[in-house]
Amino acid sequence: MELTTVWFVAIAVLWLGYFVLEGFDYGVGVLLPVVGRNDAERQTMLNTIGPVWDANEVWLITAGGATFAAFPEWYASLFSGFYIPLLLILLALIVRGVGIEYRTKHDDKRWERRWDAAIVVGSFVPALLWGVAFANLVRGVKLDSRHEYVGTFWDLLNPYALLGGLATLTLSVTHGAVFLALKTKGDISRRAAAVGLKAGAVAAVAGAAFLVWTQLTRGDLVTWILGAVVALSFVLGLGALARRRQGWAFLLSAVAIGMTVIWLFTVMYPNVMPSTINPAYSLTVENAAATDKTLGIMTWVAVFFLPLVLIYQGWTYWVFRHRISTS
Amino acid sequence: MDPLDLARWQFGITTVYHFLFVPVTIGLSLLVAILNTVWVRTGKVAYLRATKFWGTLFLINFAMGVVTGIVQEFQFGMNWSSYSRFVGDIFGAPLALEALLAFFLESTFLGLWLFGWNRLPKLVHLACIWLVAIGTTLSAYFILAANSFMQWPVGFKVDGRAELVDFGEVLTNKVLLAAFPHTIVGSWLSGGAILMAVSAWHVARKRDLDVFRPCLRLGAVVVVLGAFGTLVTGDVLGKVMTQTQPMKMAAAEALYQTEQPAPFSLFTIGTLSGTEPVFQVTIPGVLSQLATGSFDGKVHGINDIQAEYQKRFGPGDYRPFIPVAYWGFRLMIGFGMLAALVALAVLWLTRKGGIRGSGWMWSVAVWSVALPFLAHSFGWIFTEMARQPWIVFSQMKTADGVSPSVGGGTVLTSLIVFTALYGALALVELGLMIKYGRKTPPSPEDEEPGESGQESFAY
Ligand code: HDD
Ligand code: HEM
Ligand code: HEM
Repeated sequence: MELTTVWFVAIAVLWLGYFVLEGFDYGVGVLLPVVGRNDAERQTMLNTIGPVWDANEVWLITAGGATFAAFPEWYASLFSGFYIPLLLILLALIVRGVGIEYRTKHDDKRWERRWDAAIVVGSFVPALLWGVAFANLVRGVKLDSRHEYVGTFWDLLNPYALLGGLATLTLSVTHGAVFLALKTKGDISRRAAAVGLKAGAVAAVAGAAFLVWTQLTRGDLVTWILGAVVALSFVLGLGALARRRQGWAFLLSAVAIGMTVIWLFTVMYPNVMPSTINPAYSLTVENAAATDKTLGIMTWVAVFFLPLVLIYQGWTYWVFRHRISTS
Repeated sequence: MDPLDLARWQFGITTVYHFLFVPVTIGLSLLVAILNTVWVRTGKVAYLRATKFWGTLFLINFAMGVVTGIVQEFQFGMNWSSYSRFVGDIFGAPLALEALLAFFLESTFLGLWLFGWNRLPKLVHLACIWLVAIGTTLSAYFILAANSFMQWPVGFKVDGRAELVDFGEVLTNKVLLAAFPHTIVGSWLSGGAILMAVSAWHVARKRDLDVFRPCLRLGAVVVVLGAFGTLVTGDVLGKVMTQTQPMKMAAAEALYQTEQPAPFSLFTIGTLSGTEPVFQVTIPGVLSQLATGSFDGKVHGINDIQAEYQKRFGPGDYRPFIPVAYWGFRLMIGFGMLAALVALAVLWLTRKGGIRGSGWMWSVAVWSVALPFLAHSFGWIFTEMARQPWIVFSQMKTADGVSPSVGGGTVLTSLIVFTALYGALALVELGLMIKYGRKTPPSPEDEEPGESGQESFAY
């Protein structure tokens, strides 16, 4: 395989890690007022992600850094082009992170309410907008010959992209609900499972619509198969949730999200940012890439360290595997 | 307003802000690890209480470092897309390595340390905080590697863009080898100052002396050592800087004419434009010593270097904004050394097991917490602004690095939003630091591990 393709795969893996892991963090955040009836319950919900959410977010930071290193042109065009959505995501991540750490640092109901709101909005916005951004990457945007984005913010909010955003949002919420059902006991767990089924139904419709729309415009046999795996694992996951097999439900919703990322990247390949002005202006894995020298060094580092990260992050989940409750 | 100016303001504000939290993270993680180690080795409850007390302050600060750091990671693409295209092949790698090697380490093991008090064996738990401390230090190394490339590009060739030739050279850039120790010891100074100032508040009120007296002295010792360390490493850094960016050293002294030997001015009254006579208090030969390592070394002046650069790089103005360079350099050194003086006084007041000194002295010790923040901020403002007009020295001008397709209104919006949000969060974080800084350290009985165990300490 070409090094450029290796790095395309590596970037996909980093986004996959991010969506699978932060996906449930965002879901938990969005569901805070829905599943949590009182302060103690909301705190319990946040405690399920407490030890891990920051490390989960590092997947995003690594995806950003690795894109900069491996595909500088892509990094430059993407983040200067999607300026406003990215700004909103950053603001959301700021208030969310601070909210999670600070909400109990002051014994005052109003204070907690405000940070709760920050956590809800801060989880909602990225879950939605990353979907919008990726849908636009699949669909193509107005890139000129210098690979600069010349469209407007509103161009990014086309129906296809909004549908993509709705799909990632509802997928995250479902994933978060399943995670909560798995990690808590008693009432919270039961309520989370019920919410998960409802959100899952919406996600199934939104996801299916997005999937079919994508496939009909730019799908091929391979992506049909991948898309089918997404749909199948998601539906099986909901079935497991309905039958209170929460471990299986979580595993399957994680697979569904992971496969969604793989499916999206496969649809995109070999483009990373197609131009709707002129296909010749598109950014591809070839013309967006760093030199083989840089990619080679990065490959060695990734081969050694990514497994190491997986091992110690996996160990964290093992240490905190217990279900928790409000008591 | 020009998008270029706005983008520069935004970068300066957000980065200086990020760097308010970074030194504290680096310094406090080490100190908490040390206190935790002392507890594990001696079993003295006071050290357990101290560990948890400073751990809470560390966490409040860390949260801000994390959320402001994410902005940094994406900002290059948003506002500096031309720059990113030009340097990405080299500059991106340290950023990616920082995330992969350092951020994963610190965030994962911090989670384990915070929530693992009752779940992990003592020594494993202790190892977690040490890994956090190592992670924060590693992250400084990689980000400074990226920054040092901007100060003194090495290990590359230009072929339409800067392309990597030798990554080893990038990671052993002589600017990096000097800037990294300087930044780290400066960070220890910051961590020590927090320990010293907060402890001073308690000691002045004779509260929990078993916890705060040792912490006070530990903090003061670290401040003194840190200040000595910044002096030694700063001296090395100054010599490297004179070799790599002589204009910066000339600007730091507002030295217009080449001199041999060159004096160092403590301060200047009057304009720094080099056109009118000014009042200065100077120490002969010191600039020569700082720049070249010899008291009668030759230091090149701004005018000579400007003429030389015009020959080398073509017509243009290669002079940074002199007053910022001149005062930034002095304020960095001044505030840092002032912190050391306060720390020495604290050590003197607490000698031989006593606690002496009157109220105002202790107030000074408490307020001195601001000094290292000021020193760091001025240090960076000097470093970055005295590099101008270059974004990558000798290779790319700042004006050419900005995103061509991002309009002024867009940058202005994000500048306003970030500044407002950061301002509000500064108040929140400061309020929490003060509140938790004044608390009684938790005692072990306070937190009997419940069945759910996870809440312990963090929440
Ligand atoms: C507590 C903080 C602190 C203190 C007391 C000092 N410094 Fe510093 N200095 C920094 C914190 C700092 C910094 C903020 O960390 C910088 C910014 C860039 C860097 O690498 O470190 C810096 C940069 C910096 C540079 C510019 C490097 C460059 O542009 O390439 C020089 C020449 C010095 N320092 C020299 C000194 C000297 C001679 C000091 C004392 C006598 C000194 N510093 C004290
Ligand atoms: C954390 C410590 C740092 C601080 C406080 C800092 C501060 C600043 C300031 C004040 C500016 C504005 C300069 C001007 O407007 O003239 C600036 C510019 C810049 N710095 Fe830094 N900087 C830091 C570290 C870094 C690092 C580590 C990098 C690279 C990884 C970097 C890259 C840049 C870039 C790209 C600009 C924009 C161009 C410019 O205006 O100079 N900085 N920085
Ligand atoms: C302008 C360039 C910079 C970028 C792109 C950047 C990026 C980041 C990011 C993304 C984080 C969040 C990590 C997490 O989630 O755990 C972070 C935190 C951190 N950064 Fe920066 N940073 C910059 C400047 C610096 C500098 C100059 C240093 C050190 C000398 C530094 C040291 C750290 C450390 C120690 C942390 C740990 C968290 C904390 O600060 O509390 N950063 N940075």
